[in-house]
Amino acid sequence: MKISPSKIISLLFFIFSGFYLYTAHQIQVFTFDENAAFNAKTFPIYLGYAGLMFSALYIILPETKPSNVDLSILDYKKTIMLVVLMILYGLTILRAGYFLSTSIFLVLSYIVLGERKWLWIFLLSFPFVAIFMYLLHGLLNIYLRDPFLQYIGVMG
Amino acid sequence: MIEGILIGLETAFSIKNLMMVMIGCFAGTIIGMLPGLGPMTAIALMIPITYGFEPSTGLILMAGVYYGAVFGGSTSSILINAPGIPGTVATSFDGYPMAQQGKAGKALAIAAYSSFAGGTIAAVFLLIAAPSLSKVSLAFRSPDYFGLMILGLTAVSAFSAKGHFLKAMMMVVLGLMLASVGQDTLSDIPRFTFQNMNLSDGISFVLVVMATFAMSEALTIIFKANDPTRVAKQISLSQLGSIKLDKDETKKMVKTIPRSSVLGFIIGVLPGAGSTIASFLAYGMERNFVNDEEKQKFGKGSINGLAAPETANNAACSGSFVPLLTLGIPGSGTTAVMLGALLGFGIQPGPRLYQTNPEIFWSVIMSMYIGMVILLILNLPLIPYIARVLATPRTFLIPLILFFSVTGIYLMSFNNFDIFLMIGIAVVATILRLYDFPMPPLILAFVLGGLMEENLRRSLLISDGSWSFLWDRPLTLIIMLLIIVIVGWQIYRGILSKK
Repeated sequence: MKISPSKIISLLFFIFSGFYLYTAHQIQVFTFDENAAFNAKTFPIYLGYAGLMFSALYIILPETKPSNVDLSILDYKKTIMLVVLMILYGLTILRAGYFLSTSIFLVLSYIVLGERKWLWIFLLSFPFVAIFMYLLHGLLNIYLRDPFLQYIGVMG
Repeated sequence: MIEGILIGLETAFSIKNLMMVMIGCFAGTIIGMLPGLGPMTAIALMIPITYGFEPSTGLILMAGVYYGAVFGGSTSSILINAPGIPGTVATSFDGYPMAQQGKAGKALAIAAYSSFAGGTIAAVFLLIAAPSLSKVSLAFRSPDYFGLMILGLTAVSAFSAKGHFLKAMMMVVLGLMLASVGQDTLSDIPRFTFQNMNLSDGISFVLVVMATFAMSEALTIIFKANDPTRVAKQISLSQLGSIKLDKDETKKMVKTIPRSSVLGFIIGVLPGAGSTIASFLAYGMERNFVNDEEKQKFGKGSINGLAAPETANNAACSGSFVPLLTLGIPGSGTTAVMLGALLGFGIQPGPRLYQTNPEIFWSVIMSMYIGMVILLILNLPLIPYIARVLATPRTFLIPLILFFSVTGIYLMSFNNFDIFLMIGIAVVATILRLYDFPMPPLILAFVLGGLMEENLRRSLLISDGSWSFLWDRPLTLIIMLLIIVIVGWQIYRGILSKK
């Protein structure tokens, strides 16, 4: 028997709603608020029940318009590599600083996606990020923390 | 009143103030295009600059920035599916598909014309009826707002679901669940934070919208890179297309603009409702007005579908000045920032403002209209250049979209937790989109979550825990009946499609 992926997603949402409802019941409200008509957990509890209801309906009722996706045409490799690069970008942005981590992220992403025009890869990474930083930091006065640029004395 | 209007015209048409509107529109457009920087940030950035000016000049500059930023937000919605502000989310529904079909220039032109027309009509309304409209805005009570929000969510689910109404409703609940993360607004009790300090302020709108729209769109493009139907899209994406509208397209817009302007303005007048609800409701309303053939085009690049929210969000921007100027109540986050600026100038907005400071009251209203004209003159010639963004090869464009998304959220929080959260939401959203779980209902629910809870809280407390508030007031009852009609129609359609 083949189960539709949409039904599997709905089942996961049903479980998630159950967990949400359980967590909503655990919210600690003030003693004087416990029997009030509305307190901090009232709305989340309604949401939990709504989530259970809609997902249960989707699981139980027959699908009127099933979503057909050809999984064989999906490019898992590049997508996963991009996600990994974004995670690495997130990990390094505070330590290496905005300029270095962003520029390296851009260079690696271009290469992962198959770009080999090296001049453009360079122009649309380091100089591009520098101009963008100048626009934000220099012109709009939006603070950008960058230990690397501070270390080499470019940024105050 | 005529005297006031003349004073306003004289002030607004001074060389200095005309320059301010121009600078404001230009700066606003640029800032609005940047991720994470919406009109609120743009105006906030202008406050220190305006302190040296006369109050009317300062406000005129800020009004220009406001409109410019809204138009800038529409540009990024259309070109890269990255709405920087909630008010332009509905713009991306048909604007982005148009850009994908090689009609980016036309989409931007429609956005510019619709914004101009919507803003102009609303400015006229504002001119005629601002003082008396403030009474209308006060007629709405918490139960009506609560009903209005459910109506907005149901309508969005109905039109964006394309036969997947239950999936859309699940996304609504998910959006509301995400909005409930963080401290409770009234009691400050932490909810769903799991003792993580990064979640105590809740999840930011920019994070969710960038993850579910821009980032997940970029990942979907790569994920489906081998899809044969995508090849055609890749080719057409590099084409700008003409910015000229033909007779048929103009005819469609002429019908859409007046009704969306009226709706947008009325919604804008209501405190707290703002351009987001206006644009979504206008989109939903427009879909019901058009014929069946045009209805099929919604979500795939419909002209009516693009013109309606663009008109309504600009009309709502003008409308939101009504409660600000006449009652001193900011109708949106942006007007709240402007209220702060007004107070900084030593001006207390309220019913007496147009009597005590007529030059400020009327010059702001006049400059809004001038702002609209200047925005159109400035932006139309720039469209071919702005739209060139799409000519960037995918291998460069996708990493740049991801970079803009991450930067948008990094600028707001300066921590990497939000970046990881955004990546997580983007991955989940990509999978959900693959199986036709629509994202617009999630976004609208997320935006309205806090307001909805607040209005439900007030309604339940007033009615002592009874749900009778849903039918006690005639206005609430009408809204609830509309919701029942929409849900009933969806069930009926579901039964029909099975047969």
